[in-house]
Amino acid sequence: MTLLGYFSLWLALVVGLWGAITGFVGGAQGRADLQQSARHATFALFGALLIAVISLEVAIFRHDFSVQYVASRTSRNLPTFYLWSALYSGQEGSLLFWAAVLSLFAALTQLLTGGRYRVYLPYVAAVTSLVASFFVSVMLFAANPFQRLAFTPMDGQGMNPQLQNPGMVFHPPMLYLGYISITIPFAFAIAALLTKKLDTEWMVAVRKWTIVSWLFLSIGLLIGMWWAYVELGWGGYWAWDPVENAALLPWLVMTAYLHSVMIQEKRGMLKKWNLALILGAWVLSIFGTFLTRSGVIASVHSFTESPVGYYFLFFLVAATAATAVLYVTRLPLLQAEATLESMVSREASFLFNNLLLIGLAFSVLWGTLFPIISEAVVGVKITYGPPTFNFVNIPLGLTLLLMTGIGPLIAWRRASTANLRRQFAVPVTVGVFALLILLVGGMRDGWALVAFSLGAFVVGTVVQEFARGARARNRQYGEALPLAVLQLLSRNRRRYGGYIVHIGIVLLFVGFAGMAFKTETEATLRPGESAELSARDGHVYTFTHLGISQYNALNRQVTAALLDVRRDGKEIGRLRTEKRQHVDALGNRTFEPSTEVGIMSGLRVDLYVVLAGLVNGTEQAVFRFTINPLVWWVWFGGFVLVIGGLIVLWPGGAPVALKGSRASHVQAGYAVKLEAER
Amino acid sequence: MKAGTKFALGAILIVGSVGYLMASGIKQTGQYFLTPSELAQRASVDPTFYDLGMKVGARVVPGTVQKEIATQTLRFHITDGTVSYPVIYKGLPPDTFTDSAEVVVEGRLEKDGVIHATDVLAKCGSRYEAVPKA
Repeated sequence: MTLLGYFSLWLALVVGLWGAITGFVGGAQGRADLQQSARHATFALFGALLIAVISLEVAIFRHDFSVQYVASRTSRNLPTFYLWSALYSGQEGSLLFWAAVLSLFAALTQLLTGGRYRVYLPYVAAVTSLVASFFVSVMLFAANPFQRLAFTPMDGQGMNPQLQNPGMVFHPPMLYLGYISITIPFAFAIAALLTKKLDTEWMVAVRKWTIVSWLFLSIGLLIGMWWAYVELGWGGYWAWDPVENAALLPWLVMTAYLHSVMIQEKRGMLKKWNLALILGAWVLSIFGTFLTRSGVIASVHSFTESPVGYYFLFFLVAATAATAVLYVTRLPLLQAEATLESMVSREASFLFNNLLLIGLAFSVLWGTLFPIISEAVVGVKITYGPPTFNFVNIPLGLTLLLMTGIGPLIAWRRASTANLRRQFAVPVTVGVFALLILLVGGMRDGWALVAFSLGAFVVGTVVQEFARGARARNRQYGEALPLAVLQLLSRNRRRYGGYIVHIGIVLLFVGFAGMAFKTETEATLRPGESAELSARDGHVYTFTHLGISQYNALNRQVTAALLDVRRDGKEIGRLRTEKRQHVDALGNRTFEPSTEVGIMSGLRVDLYVVLAGLVNGTEQAVFRFTINPLVWWVWFGGFVLVIGGLIVLWPGGAPVALKGSRASHVQAGYAVKLEAER
Repeated sequence: MKAGTKFALGAILIVGSVGYLMASGIKQTGQYFLTPSELAQRASVDPTFYDLGMKVGARVVPGTVQKEIATQTLRFHITDGTVSYPVIYKGLPPDTFTDSAEVVVEGRLEKDGVIHATDVLAKCGSRYEAVPKA
């Protein structure tokens, strides 16, 4: 099977390069036979990579430890649940996974793109084939997943216990899906630049792909945060680690695009900017891959320094240069059809929102690279750690939250004073009211106060929008208000789905702000002894150590501690936290012990307990207790955000009014049908 | 004033604030990130390097780790191959801390020649690579 897999990688390289050549040449010369061949090449590419993936999975499930990748990532006693995810748990396999998913997206794009967008398809096939060929060539020349060992070990080294979490099954695939699907809008952008068909319609066509990427990336980021929170035991979910930043960067840029594309649709402005955002999001996704694979940046995640990094650096530089040249040569074709009329307009507020998002992205990029930059410039590495990131990004993020409320309320072109008063009176009152209540309630943390009152303001704007829309429907069609709200959502999914995303963002900010009120203590307890910790809302929590139990599970030796939890003296439940020593099939210890955090999650606070260790093998144990306020709202906000995104993505609903559109353009947004759309 | 000009002013304001925040953020919260050799070299010429918050990236010297669970004190030596420093840390080490791990130690080098750490980060087995068997 491994031979078959290796062979199909070579086949994929040949087919991929063929698709790239025929796509570019066929597109340039208008030769239908070559164009058809490029289209078929994307299907063949997917077929070849699918065979490679299946070959590797078969090797993994058969425990074929003669394959180096299988031997170093899995073991006989690894739960079946995690066997499949071994596919992408290492460098080589994840490259294969990446290439295969890209080829799947590429084939779907060829199949599902209809009508007027077919003219772009040969170039789209060429770009996707070329990118996939690059990934395949990295595997063939630097990181072969089918590399055989000189001998066959009895058992594999097993999977890192920190990867043995349900998060592993969902987080990397989601993140990859988001990352990889950015290539599709990018390919359309390159195709539009090459064909010089740079009208607004193609952008509308790729907007849905961008939302798909954005949604997958959002889900991937959120699951990653949740995983870090429940698995790593340090009590947080975001550390501004380079790997996290690498995923956040394209997310920020795509968020900017999803807003500014509306200005291009309505007013024919910002054409250059929007194209640059799509191209930039893709370049950042490749840059992120380079960062995470090369080891150039010190990260708490360890990366083997490997020649793979050089391949990515070369590809990054070459692709960026080619893209930039193409973009600059086409700039004269991207003239705006209108100019900004007033500072107090939807356009202006979206522009500021874009600047803030890009500013945020720039500060994250700068911070990630800062150790390298400072070493090159002043000769010493200076860290740009979480305190610096927070210092810079909290004010920017809160300004952005303010814009989230302002943007949708201001009229297009030019807002009148009467319009402003009508739109802002209620939401501003809500925000100020929230601020006063919190102040009276005794909250004194500056940033948190700003976050909560801005959040209330934004919720006020969204509720007002829904209420007005529903009342209008109620008057016009006599619909009852709950029905009218549902009709609003289903008739204008983009607008009202977008508002729901905004609610999700507010909830996320509420959760983030909660971290300002975190409290923590450490204690060494004998069975029967207790530790107390006060939350900032005034409640006192008492944790009583009940005892230790030790037992063997499938692939690990478990040391578990049970704690009785009381709030203000009243029992509210029990918490259990574990130390796990993973073992191989022969009972030998593998890896370092890992922690299972005990978490009791609630709307107000999360109680978060880590068993640090036992004192000299007795039942006396060391614990760290953390109270994390409002963390639940991060996950719930993420859920709301994803639901909002799905509503936007759902096909159907009212057509988008295009600037200068004719009736035939009306369905433009739905020409690209996606598998996610079912 | 034309709307375009006003917008340009607003844009400059935003870009300027981002730049200002980044610059002052680094000034207020940035720390040196050094290897033990760099630290030794700088500390020998510049005594202000003692008692200055910094991060030191190095590898734990195998066999030097002493854990006292009861007092939650961790002592170990770090090295980059040429220079080594003793480290003392009060707190719980991360799971990934082993006696040959690559670590980032945050804290101060005090006059006693010991790095008094406020935080110890160990490179974690990443999502991509399993940690080789110790």
